[in-house]
Amino acid sequence: MIALLLRDLKLAVRAGGGFGLALAFFLIVTVLVPFAVGPDTQRLQPIAAGVLWIGALLACLLSLDRMLALDHEDGTLDLLATAPIPLEGVVLVKACAHWLTTGLPLTLIAAPLGVLLNLAEPGYLWLVVSLACGTPALSMIGAFGAALTVGLKRGGLLLSLLVLPLYVPTLIFGAEVARRGAEGLETQVPLMLLAAITLGVLAAMPFAAAAALRINLR
Amino acid sequence: MMPELGKYAGTVLSAYAVSLLLLVLLVAASMIAARKAARALKDAEERRRNG
Amino acid sequence: MGSVWEYANPVKFSRTVSKVLPFVSVGALACLAVGLVWGFFFTPEDYRQGSTVKIIYLHVPAAMVAINAWLMMLVASLIWLVRRHHVSALAARAAAPVGLVMTLIALATGAIWGQPMWGTWWAWDPRLTSFLILTLFYLGYIALWEALEDPDTAADLTSVLCLVGSVFAILSRYAVNFWNQGLHQGASVMRVEAVTGADTEEKVSNIFFAPLMVCMAGFVLLFLALVLLRTRTEIHRRRLKAIEARERMA
Repeated sequence: MIALLLRDLKLAVRAGGGFGLALAFFLIVTVLVPFAVGPDTQRLQPIAAGVLWIGALLACLLSLDRMLALDHEDGTLDLLATAPIPLEGVVLVKACAHWLTTGLPLTLIAAPLGVLLNLAEPGYLWLVVSLACGTPALSMIGAFGAALTVGLKRGGLLLSLLVLPLYVPTLIFGAEVARRGAEGLETQVPLMLLAAITLGVLAAMPFAAAAALRINLR
Repeated sequence: MMPELGKYAGTVLSAYAVSLLLLVLLVAASMIAARKAARALKDAEERRRNG
Repeated sequence: MGSVWEYANPVKFSRTVSKVLPFVSVGALACLAVGLVWGFFFTPEDYRQGSTVKIIYLHVPAAMVAINAWLMMLVASLIWLVRRHHVSALAARAAAPVGLVMTLIALATGAIWGQPMWGTWWAWDPRLTSFLILTLFYLGYIALWEALEDPDTAADLTSVLCLVGSVFAILSRYAVNFWNQGLHQGASVMRVEAVTGADTEEKVSNIFFAPLMVCMAGFVLLFLALVLLRTRTEIHRRRLKAIEARERMA
């Protein structure tokens, strides 16, 4: 499983596709927001945390269809399905690799981007914490969506339609943590709920994703 | 015949109009699809029987 | 009267539908006509809401059917996954567009009612937001059915989506509650004390309640009739495809 993880990481970095693209997308979304909303820092400050969360979520979404589609095309997925490790494990590793190449960099880059949107001083820590807690759930739910649509020729748009409603709870709690943090309110309750969702998703979703994948590989 | 709807007449009537329109569209679409499928199936089965 | 599973046989199901459908349709039409006419023409105005209270006869039944349609799809999906009865999967597929239209009716009538009552077409209230999310789930579910070509794969994948979606719909419901406390009154219709009890703040009084019940029966029967009809259509389509495939082979 570790070998698979390393292979996926290497491919992601070498092919250069998903890795830099998601970050660039996140940067561009963040830069575009002030053009639409106006340069007034007083107006940007209260929405900064939410905008950064949306940007990270969309950037995450953007790279989902590469997670399984490439392996499906060249037949790697069929080999993995017959490999001695359970398919649930394969899916989990895929989601992990996706998180390490998108979720983690997005989390790290979010703080510098917060400066552009004039995020309030105490918000930086909570933004990073909430993204670190929430993005694994985004990757795992995304893996489920990717498993559902892996056999389709143009699955990308359908994938977004399927996955976005599933992102709602994570987004609500994640953005809530960041917003409350930025306003200096207590953040414990939403943070715990966010962590609960992430852990629950990590525990249960590999089974659903593997089931979908098995159906598609039949 | 018409009940006195007061100042909210437009509200009530538009709510009924929108809902009934949607329902009628749904029922019509279902019925048309049902009839089309039934006819196509009947044709195919007759073709099969007659060779 | 045999077991329920007899109706898993498509031929038997189609035959029964043909027998039952006229009665269900007439029942739906009668209940809807009686309930809506009763509600629209022969109920008084509410002392606070004025005549807009009449919207309740569409809004509440549509919302109820919209939620229960998803529930029915969930049960049908489970039956498909466990017992592999094709009729069950097709029934889930048939119910989805009906549920979608019902959510749209609930949202539209709610918005039209909210405009004069709350002073806004739309508020990001938990109930409204949850319904919007439910609409998105219906859209995704229908889109997945349309996108997949192999019928069994489509049935399997949509069933899995329906199960996962149900969990997330409930999660979203509570998450949204946490996020905003909301304007919408509680679900007052099904509370016993709301109907019989003392003059609670949000109760639906008896004058409005009887026609509302008739309308609900009408919506449920309509849902049933449409699902039966659409399921039979799907069965016909499936059989047509099989015949065409055989013709191509010959």
